[in-house]
Amino acid sequence: MKFKNYLEHINGVEVYPLISLVLFGVIFLAVVVYTFTADKKSMNEKANIPLN
Amino acid sequence: MQVEKFYYDNKIVKQFGFAALFWGIIGMLVGIVIALQLAYPALNFGLPFTSFGRLRPLHTNAVIFAFVGNAMFGGAYYILQRVLKTRLFNDTLSKIHLWGWQLIIVLAALSLLAGYTTSKEYAELEWPIDILITLIWVVFGVNMFGTILQRRERHLYVSIWFFIATWVTVALLHIVNSFELPISLTKSYSLYAGVQDALVQWWYGHNAVAFFLTTPFLGLMYYFVPKAANRPVYSYRWSIVHFWALIFLYIWAGPHHLLYTALPGWAQALGTVFSVMLIIPSWAGMLNGLYTLRGAWDRVREEPILKMFVVALTCYGMSTFEGPMLSLKSVNAISHYTDWTVAHVHIGALGWNGFLVFGMLYYLIPKMWGTKLYSVKLANQHFLIGTVGILLYAIPMYWAGFSQSLMWKQFTESGQLQFQFMETVTHIVPMYVLRALGGALYWIGALMAVYNIYKTVQTGSFVANEAAEGLPLSAQPMPVGHLHWHTVIERKPLRFLLFAFIAVTIGGAIELIPTFMIQDNIPTIASVKPYTPLELQGRDIYVREGCYTCHSQMVRPFRDEEARYGEYSKAGEFVYDHPFQWGSKRIGPDLHRVGGKYPNSWHYNHMRKPTDMTENSIMPPYPWLLEDDLDISTTVAKIKAMRTLGVPYPEGYENIAVADLQKQADGIVENLKSEKINADRNKEIIAVIAYLQRLGTDIKKAK
Repeated sequence: MKFKNYLEHINGVEVYPLISLVLFGVIFLAVVVYTFTADKKSMNEKANIPLN
Repeated sequence: MQVEKFYYDNKIVKQFGFAALFWGIIGMLVGIVIALQLAYPALNFGLPFTSFGRLRPLHTNAVIFAFVGNAMFGGAYYILQRVLKTRLFNDTLSKIHLWGWQLIIVLAALSLLAGYTTSKEYAELEWPIDILITLIWVVFGVNMFGTILQRRERHLYVSIWFFIATWVTVALLHIVNSFELPISLTKSYSLYAGVQDALVQWWYGHNAVAFFLTTPFLGLMYYFVPKAANRPVYSYRWSIVHFWALIFLYIWAGPHHLLYTALPGWAQALGTVFSVMLIIPSWAGMLNGLYTLRGAWDRVREEPILKMFVVALTCYGMSTFEGPMLSLKSVNAISHYTDWTVAHVHIGALGWNGFLVFGMLYYLIPKMWGTKLYSVKLANQHFLIGTVGILLYAIPMYWAGFSQSLMWKQFTESGQLQFQFMETVTHIVPMYVLRALGGALYWIGALMAVYNIYKTVQTGSFVANEAAEGLPLSAQPMPVGHLHWHTVIERKPLRFLLFAFIAVTIGGAIELIPTFMIQDNIPTIASVKPYTPLELQGRDIYVREGCYTCHSQMVRPFRDEEARYGEYSKAGEFVYDHPFQWGSKRIGPDLHRVGGKYPNSWHYNHMRKPTDMTENSIMPPYPWLLEDDLDISTTVAKIKAMRTLGVPYPEGYENIAVADLQKQADGIVENLKSEKINADRNKEIIAVIAYLQRLGTDIKKAK
């Protein structure tokens, strides 16, 4: 993998993948935490919208 | 406050549904024709507008944008009204959307047959149609958001999220990939060149699959599967995780179409990593759909609608498992440029998209006509013949792809390539016949659906405006207590749009920006020079005839490819290629190093009648290139446009370009004469020969 050769010319490049990983991690965790702490009743209500 | 009465607009749903069927039948038929052309080249008829290179883009565009597109709009408009408890925002906008989209389809079909193409796959349409698409897409967006804003249901159901993400991302992809410099109403050059053009194109191409063929269909799935099974989705929690993870990850995965090419290694690695991660949300979605049918499996045995949904979801699961596998470099080395990819996309198109559309229509049509499906038995037969069709399509293609790739890579003990390219083609032609048969079966199934729906419509009476009622939002009590943050954004559609936009832009930006900004990413090669005017004209003919649909211009750094084609391709060799012509499929051999490989006379005879030069060749003949005059009136405009795009033609060169062109043409005519061919210097063939003989030769001059 020639990752380094190409990337070393970009200023501050090491922060690129870091930003993306952190962003994805944060969003993903937040969504997971939300979904599994959310109120069961309201989840059921939402899931039933098409059937009402 | 009182309950409000209102009416759902079923007419627009009906019209989009019928349009999907109409174009679907045509698009699939063209698919069968081009499949047969590969086995029986005589079916190219020696005419420009029936040759494979022009019909293949017609097939892909018709199926993606006409069949799937119309189905998606119809389904989305049906769902939006029902889960938001309101009529569509504006009937006039709905009409403009419908007829505008059909106009785009007709213009697309005519222009592709005429050879007006940008050659960027699934984005072949020329700039005036691109602008029209943008306008109609805005109409769709306004109509959708208008509907959302006047809703009577506070919460946005998960299907709506997928439609919002579809809208915003397709807009972004379409605009970024369509930047082109027009030189006439029917011809433009991509603003990007070579590696950058390839990266943008496959960022687009991959995400067209993601956000035109996947996310809107997940929106349909999350509504129609629960409706047809008459039970809520298995896990609403999963659907939230599914949504965010999917849209965030998908946008990064484009470079997996360019593994082992001249694309910088870091971008390839990024594409692979994100592609593999995509398995998680994709499978969460598939399982969520299948588990929704828990306790209803007895009905799946009986009901064609549920059967189709099960196969659709299974195909979704299969292709989203296969996709990440294909993005592993070791697998891609075998699969890329072969029929394996074709099999992969057809599992998605025929299984996931096709069966979801048919299942949806079998559900919708009886509902909107207040009747029952005319024949459940016929629908079951459709399901059966369609499923057999999918298998009969896919299995021979997997076989063909795998065996051809292994033949390409086979060396004899003495270190020679064991097979000529032509031998590897002849070997798989029987598979092409089987594939056409599979496609034909699927098509017959589609015709059965048309008949069944026609009869259903006759027995019922259409409810154009379906009565419904609901409390206005202002009259609904606000929930007491603290609201969770995600619940809040689910209730704010515009904020939701913004978040979805941010999620998809992050991936796109990080993928694209470094390649654009940094010169060092594309090492320049001093001996690589701009095309001569004649070569440029020849290149445009190459684009017009869709040569890229069968020939790649990208020698990968493998032993067999270097032995077969020559030195592997470097990024710096493509810096003047507006647009890039790397291709994605080798029905014929790679052409990047074809320059100087054969004499001019070989190309002349080969274009006239390929089988004269290569026995058993399945390439269509191009006799019109020998008969039609080259249009040199565009030369000046083309040189100027190229200079605008950064190609270093000297100042004032356009004034002598035509003279240069004719001088080079005279040279080729002279050379042909020495080989006993009397050619006219004004014919298109001369330009094509000039271009082909130039291909991949610059790098040799340096040595």
